[in-house]
Amino acid sequence: MTTIDTHATGAVGTAGDPAATAGTSSGLAQSGIAGWVTTVDHKRIGRMFFGVGLLAALGAAVLGILLGIDRASSSSVLGADSVPQVFAAYQVGLIFIVLLPVLLGLAVAIVPLQLGARALALPRFAAAGFWAWLIGSALVIGTIAANGGPGGGDRRMVAGYLLAQVVLLVGLLAAAISLVASVLSTRAPGMNMRRVPPFSFAALIGALALILALPVLIGALLYSFVDYRYGGTGFGSSADLMSHIGFGFTQPLTFAFAVPAFGIAIEALAVASGKRLPMRGTIFAGFGLIGLGLFGGVIQVPASIRKNIADASFGTALGDIVPYALVNLLPILGALIVLGVGGMALSKGRPRLVAPLVFGLLGALMVFVGMLANAVYQIGDAQLGGTVFEEGTRLFVAYGALLAALGGIAYWGPKLWGRTIADMALVPLALLGFIGTVLAGGPLLIAGFAKQPADAVDFDYSGPKALWNVLSLAGHALVALTVLAFVGLAVKAFTKGSPAGDDPWDGQTLEWATSSPAPLVNFAELHTVTSPEPLLDLKHNAERSV
Amino acid sequence: MLAIHSGPAPAPRRQLFVGTAVACAGMITLIGGMLATWMRFRQATITAGNVWVPKRIQIPQVSTNVMLIAFVPLCVFAQWAVYAARRDDRPNTGLALGLTGIMGLSIINAQAYTFNRIALPASGGAYNSMFYAITGTFTALAIIGVGFTAVTAFRYLGGRSSDREIIAAHALYWYSLSAVFAALWFVVYVTK
Repeated sequence: MTTIDTHATGAVGTAGDPAATAGTSSGLAQSGIAGWVTTVDHKRIGRMFFGVGLLAALGAAVLGILLGIDRASSSSVLGADSVPQVFAAYQVGLIFIVLLPVLLGLAVAIVPLQLGARALALPRFAAAGFWAWLIGSALVIGTIAANGGPGGGDRRMVAGYLLAQVVLLVGLLAAAISLVASVLSTRAPGMNMRRVPPFSFAALIGALALILALPVLIGALLYSFVDYRYGGTGFGSSADLMSHIGFGFTQPLTFAFAVPAFGIAIEALAVASGKRLPMRGTIFAGFGLIGLGLFGGVIQVPASIRKNIADASFGTALGDIVPYALVNLLPILGALIVLGVGGMALSKGRPRLVAPLVFGLLGALMVFVGMLANAVYQIGDAQLGGTVFEEGTRLFVAYGALLAALGGIAYWGPKLWGRTIADMALVPLALLGFIGTVLAGGPLLIAGFAKQPADAVDFDYSGPKALWNVLSLAGHALVALTVLAFVGLAVKAFTKGSPAGDDPWDGQTLEWATSSPAPLVNFAELHTVTSPEPLLDLKHNAERSV
Repeated sequence: MLAIHSGPAPAPRRQLFVGTAVACAGMITLIGGMLATWMRFRQATITAGNVWVPKRIQIPQVSTNVMLIAFVPLCVFAQWAVYAARRDDRPNTGLALGLTGIMGLSIINAQAYTFNRIALPASGGAYNSMFYAITGTFTALAIIGVGFTAVTAFRYLGGRSSDREIIAAHALYWYSLSAVFAALWFVVYVTK
């Protein structure tokens, strides 16, 4: 067994019965519901974030199915009046109630362990963030259901929707601030920024993107809120809302939100290959390039290439191409670097086929496809504006990141629950989720070229309308099935499965040096780190000494 | 059992200060984004040949200028608190924090006076709602600042005098809000 010596203080358990260790881990915390409500343990806060996020993923997929049925058939299931609200719930839900909390929650739960820290920085702030996000999410859904949201008919509920979204975003911001402060100020001795594990670095980039992008969206929401609340006319009707706040749900901003998904893929790649990651600095630069997508939302100017660019003057063309390349192409370059260099790690060793690797790689690949599709979408001559093509790119990004997050939960589950999920059951699920993502997003890309309008269920066009939309709703159904099956397997395995041991994946980073599940204070002692892979060093030294 | 070498506990790396700095970055982005939207709407309105600021509206210049000027002593007092706390000078730290709080309250008061005197209905064009949204957001940030001052003072004077990090973080918050207000003052109250 490779572990830290946790007997020094006698405060924490070592490998053994996970239930007993979990009991120790919560020994200083309150038990029961009060324990969860008042917790400042980052592992619990993170689990609450991604647990609710996964449940919301089922809801988002169901909305996708309902919209698909409406689009594929001539009769409306949802009712024409409620379609704009359902689209709003679907868009907000997919990004702010699924994608962000799942990735952010995983980061909150795992990053302090990777850093060798005993706790998250500002844990009460992060816990308050979770509750603000949860209440804001419930209010967003509630106000949309009560005829609010974009296209809503009840002015008070439209205003309520805007304010609820501010509360939701403030909650996410609080968790992101806590995460950034953790990476910058709680690293183990000797762990400089070049030695930070890839997932933690990717989480840092993603959290920084949130801190820079979400306040701009909050500002737009506050303007809209005051205007609607006091009967102003400056921001148009509720149907015009998305033109003011829609940048927060669209590409390329969502690329920055999905950066941690690439971090999960890289962690899984390194462990599966059993080798040290080559060119870590280059990989980190790749994460940074992906994060540049945030400027697509922050600068709030079109980052697309206008129609008939060939006829435009040099200055005009340059004025279009530079921002387009900055926020649409550089993230693609970043993803290529991350996946390419990460792939070199695989080629160096004899990789094991483990479920987190399959989930992580397929998820990152799907996000990458979303990036490529967005690069096409932003070219004016492709004439894809206002079509479902944009929805297709969003689905690739959101569902791809969700797949990677599932891989992350499977990978780090032993540190949170002390038990593992059987790989054999998970690999087929990863493939199912992959097929679901391709089916959900792919047909919409094709339908976009056939000019199927966005955010509408009643339309007419020459393409095979039913085929593409039925395929897309089947994709949503497969993704929902994947999430449901994953949650079922996880609940069963993490409550009744066999104990995982402290280091079930033969890991390289500090989180595998503590017991499974990790105790309340994570580590009995603080450790000095002398390389990016402290556990690998330890194992090699032990082999040499034998 | 294999064990990673245990090291000495590292020097505290100022979690609260770093967290406050990151939060301040978010605050600057928030107001920066709102100001950018303000300028975009202003330009679009003027380009369309319409009036941006309603004609009968008179923005009280005295109170808005006083707010800007008040930030100067406020920052001095916040830094005085840092300086005094480093020397374990409790009376001066308490006095400096108290004065910081009073200046913060005076800024909120000046903003309330501005709201009262401007007589601008919220339900008008874009200018009306945007004015209240951005100045209201600033007021909320100032109230948070006064709350931060109160918490800092209670913690320090309550006996946690070795906790100087919060005083430095508190000063950083006010510096950032000063910069934010300087930009807001120029865009909203000067160029309008």
